[in-house]
Amino acid sequence: MRLINRHPDRAGRLVLVLLPFALLLFLYFSASASRLADNPGDKLLPSATQMAAAIDRLAFTEDKRSGNYLFWQDTGASLSRLGLGIGIAALLGLCLGIAAGILPLFRAPLSPLLTVLSMVPPLAILPILFIVFGLGELAKVMLIVIGITPVLARDLEQRAREIPQEILIKAQTLGASTWTLILRVVLPQLLPRLLIALRLVLGSAWLFLIAAEAIASTDGLGYRIFLVRRYMAMDVILPYVVWITLLAWLMDLGLRQLTRLCFPWYEGAKA
Amino acid sequence: MKPIENRPVASESLTRSPERSTLTQPARTFIDVKNVWQEYGDQVVLERLNLTVNQGEFCTLVGASGCGKSTFLRLLLGQERASRGEILLDGQPLAAEPDSSRGVVFQRYSVFPHLSVLDNVAIGLELPRARLLGRLFGRAKREAREQAAAILHKVGLGHALDKYPSQLSGGMQQRLAIAQALIMKPRVLLLDEPFGALDPGIRKDMHGLLLELWQETGVTVFMVTHDLSEGFSLGTRLLVFDKTRIDPHAPGAFGARITYDIPLNSDRRAQRAAVAALPAHITGDLQSAL
Repeated sequence: MRLINRHPDRAGRLVLVLLPFALLLFLYFSASASRLADNPGDKLLPSATQMAAAIDRLAFTEDKRSGNYLFWQDTGASLSRLGLGIGIAALLGLCLGIAAGILPLFRAPLSPLLTVLSMVPPLAILPILFIVFGLGELAKVMLIVIGITPVLARDLEQRAREIPQEILIKAQTLGASTWTLILRVVLPQLLPRLLIALRLVLGSAWLFLIAAEAIASTDGLGYRIFLVRRYMAMDVILPYVVWITLLAWLMDLGLRQLTRLCFPWYEGAKA
Repeated sequence: MKPIENRPVASESLTRSPERSTLTQPARTFIDVKNVWQEYGDQVVLERLNLTVNQGEFCTLVGASGCGKSTFLRLLLGQERASRGEILLDGQPLAAEPDSSRGVVFQRYSVFPHLSVLDNVAIGLELPRARLLGRLFGRAKREAREQAAAILHKVGLGHALDKYPSQLSGGMQQRLAIAQALIMKPRVLLLDEPFGALDPGIRKDMHGLLLELWQETGVTVFMVTHDLSEGFSLGTRLLVFDKTRIDPHAPGAFGARITYDIPLNSDRRAQRAAVAALPAHITGDLQSAL
């Protein structure tokens, strides 16, 4: 039988899904064990117990100096920056995308501008953001906003243009004004697209967040990773990376479930 | 549903001049197309189009592909403006953008995929009344939905009020699109190959439904179709679009005109005229029943 026609069954699929993860973990821990056997003070590949101890220290013990639980404080700070940045970017992207995609008078000035702006590497203008907005929360949130808004706006503009002309004309024959047409016909059709676009830019949003935190911050997941790098504290860095990955994955899952829950019409209408 | 009479064409008078056929009709002019040209750059699509249509006529537009019948429909809809000439609706120049006086059903994409069947129709009652939010609340919303449900029952979608359009068959979607257009009580209903994508059996049902609704509402219908027999069986007037002059070296140099204007189905036309002659309160009742 040709390879292309061979499908795994249910159990087989589960095994195949878990196999690469198990393989990675096995490789890591066997390498870690052999290094630690040679040199118990090795910091490069910490064992599970060392990482658990580091997590216990950061997440479940008060920090002596500040009296905070650092792990949760970092998580809270990072998530609020990320949420704020993504929220603002989504709102801006939606407005710009609809304006450029639906209103020809706005498309003319906006569309080329967005194309050019989305080519500016956001990290290259990070210093400008720190100069303009200071080293506070604003600059970090702005980096996320500036980084992902043009991408979102361009994607939504494209999606808005894909709405068939017939739909827009039909709405006008049903008595819609430009405003109510956007509110009742265009916006509801773009919201599921927005959630999909958000899932795609989630990775970049995390990238910009960690970059901003690494450079100028006093808390946050990115800040902690770059701080403990000086002591080569892999026992902290690795759990943090896993935690960030888990958070990003959960967000992606949440957005996907939200699309299914709020826009049940969307799956069928795509066909 | 009423069976569709397919009257032989030979029994109808066949006139070449559009003016003569309309002169014989007593009703007053509703739509007046005066020397309309439509050109895109060098390409002439329609030239010297003259046409008068009375209220309540069912005009079917036929012709080869690319001969301008859909362009003419877009002009009537207000989606495009004529390069020359003008179109009068009840003596007034036609609004230059689509509005609620003209309903439309396209071959595809006529209904909103994100709204349920019921809301697809109710939105037509909500949009003109709620200028700010585009939606009604409380009792007004309930009433709009009841009205929408009534017309949906009429077109045979009473069982599918909560479904989304993607869950409906093609024929059902077109029923929905027609109900959606008619809830606005438009004066003109424009149909751009509405049944082009449907199976023959379903198409037959749709013809019956359309004629029934046309008779009840008294709306003036323009319907573009590729199917000549459909054009003959449905319309009270068949308009054939064709190019009278062709320059083989410059295919776009001359546009299409209405080459045949054939009155059809005279019994239905007479029936319509009789209804029009009835006192207004009776016909008003008929229309509000929908």
